[in-house]
Amino acid sequence: MIKLQLPISEAAIRELKMGDEVTISGLMVTARDAAHKYIHENWPDWLKPIMENSMIYHCGPVVKKHDDGSWSFVAAGPTTSIREEPYEAAVMEHYKVRAVIGKGGMGETTLAGLAKSGGVYLHAIGGLAASLAKSVVKVHDVYMLEELGVPEAFWHIEVKDFPAVVTMDSHGGSLHKAIKAQSDKVAEKLIFG
Amino acid sequence: MIQYDAGRVKNQLLELIRLAATDLPEDVVESIRNARENEPEGSSARSVFGMLLKNIELAREESTPICQDTGTNIYMVYIPEGVSMRKLTALIHEATSEAVDKSYLRPNAVDSITGKNSGNNIGEGQPFIHFEEWDNDYIEFKLMLKGGGCENVSTQYKLPDVGLGAGRDMDGVYKVIVDAVNQAQGLGCAPGILGIGIGGDRTSSHLTAKSQLFRKMTDTNADAALAELESKLYADLNKLGVGPMGFGGNTTVLGVKVGTLHRLPASFFVSISYMCWAYRRHSMILNTNGEVSYD
Repeated sequence: MIKLQLPISEAAIRELKMGDEVTISGLMVTARDAAHKYIHENWPDWLKPIMENSMIYHCGPVVKKHDDGSWSFVAAGPTTSIREEPYEAAVMEHYKVRAVIGKGGMGETTLAGLAKSGGVYLHAIGGLAASLAKSVVKVHDVYMLEELGVPEAFWHIEVKDFPAVVTMDSHGGSLHKAIKAQSDKVAEKLIFG
Repeated sequence: MIQYDAGRVKNQLLELIRLAATDLPEDVVESIRNARENEPEGSSARSVFGMLLKNIELAREESTPICQDTGTNIYMVYIPEGVSMRKLTALIHEATSEAVDKSYLRPNAVDSITGKNSGNNIGEGQPFIHFEEWDNDYIEFKLMLKGGGCENVSTQYKLPDVGLGAGRDMDGVYKVIVDAVNQAQGLGCAPGILGIGIGGDRTSSHLTAKSQLFRKMTDTNADAALAELESKLYADLNKLGVGPMGFGGNTTVLGVKVGTLHRLPASFFVSISYMCWAYRRHSMILNTNGEVSYD
């Protein structure tokens, strides 16, 4: 198990290899569909200090608002990442984001982007929402809650020992490509005999 | 005719939602336990199944959602003659909104034009409520929470499918289902449970597929030909090696449930409703005396 502390350097990220199991601690931000569309249309500067050498978590949490106005995450597993394929490589390069955390993996454009700008794709376990919410120790802030709604807002969170697996690295390795190539062979045999 | 106290039924529905979101049914948990036993010691598949089981336990103990995507709330409601569907719909809406306040459900209804989240999980077509009248004197509410990831990999084929060499027969049906599960990989939070609808039109075919997902994991199809198709698909799909989360492994599907409808001579649809491993469904029977029982 490799412990990653945020912020993290490009050099440290480039050391990671497909299959590495990691835990993450520090400050990161959630962003999913509407957030990525918004970034791509506006490239806001206010995200720079939040994202630089940090990570984006593809997550739309169930949250609880407390009487003092603070928030906590009640359920917070990853959402499917491939929907951000049109945006992610550019977002990571622009803001120097060192990893995205999600599920299901991403495509060729992101894989090439990881190599170019120095990043990895971290796979969290889908549906592990009750457990992963425990790793979110504090909600520091929330941005654009009114415009985007709870699932789609930017939640600036502090995580501790958040578990994930490197399934795409900065050297062209992708577990998703490898598994698909293998299952394609089996499917072809089952379908065409 | 059945009389009920609206406020009481609203609270009973709230409990149904809480159960669906936080308490995975025992037949599903058992199939995940079996899947874990079927993976070698030290494999990542086995470790993933172990984490799923811990998460299931934690969600149940703490009464928090198993998955943050509390999905489309799909209700199948069976009513005796004369029960108002509009009144029951209003109670379901009330319970839904309260469930959001209690963090059992995520506000999941987004206006397709403006992108605005309604904030209470209620909107046009949300939740999805399907009513049927029956001969019994009690009301049954079946509820399933189906997340977006697995709904996005659900799909529909029409036979023949030239690319797959799939003709208009059960062999063709088999081929398109293999293709669908291979294309889905881990994206729908594998291992999945498949609800299949054969025949019908595009709408009824999908509804049949989804309805199949209300069956128990352990049941056997009453139709011998469909029972055979289900077990053949279950065995073969698990050869694909996709495994939990698409990490590779021996279990790609936990179950396959197939239903059929008559079709037009011109149409032959096969609908595949892919349900994630967090297969959240419970039901509630409301008796004539106002008492409820949950399953």
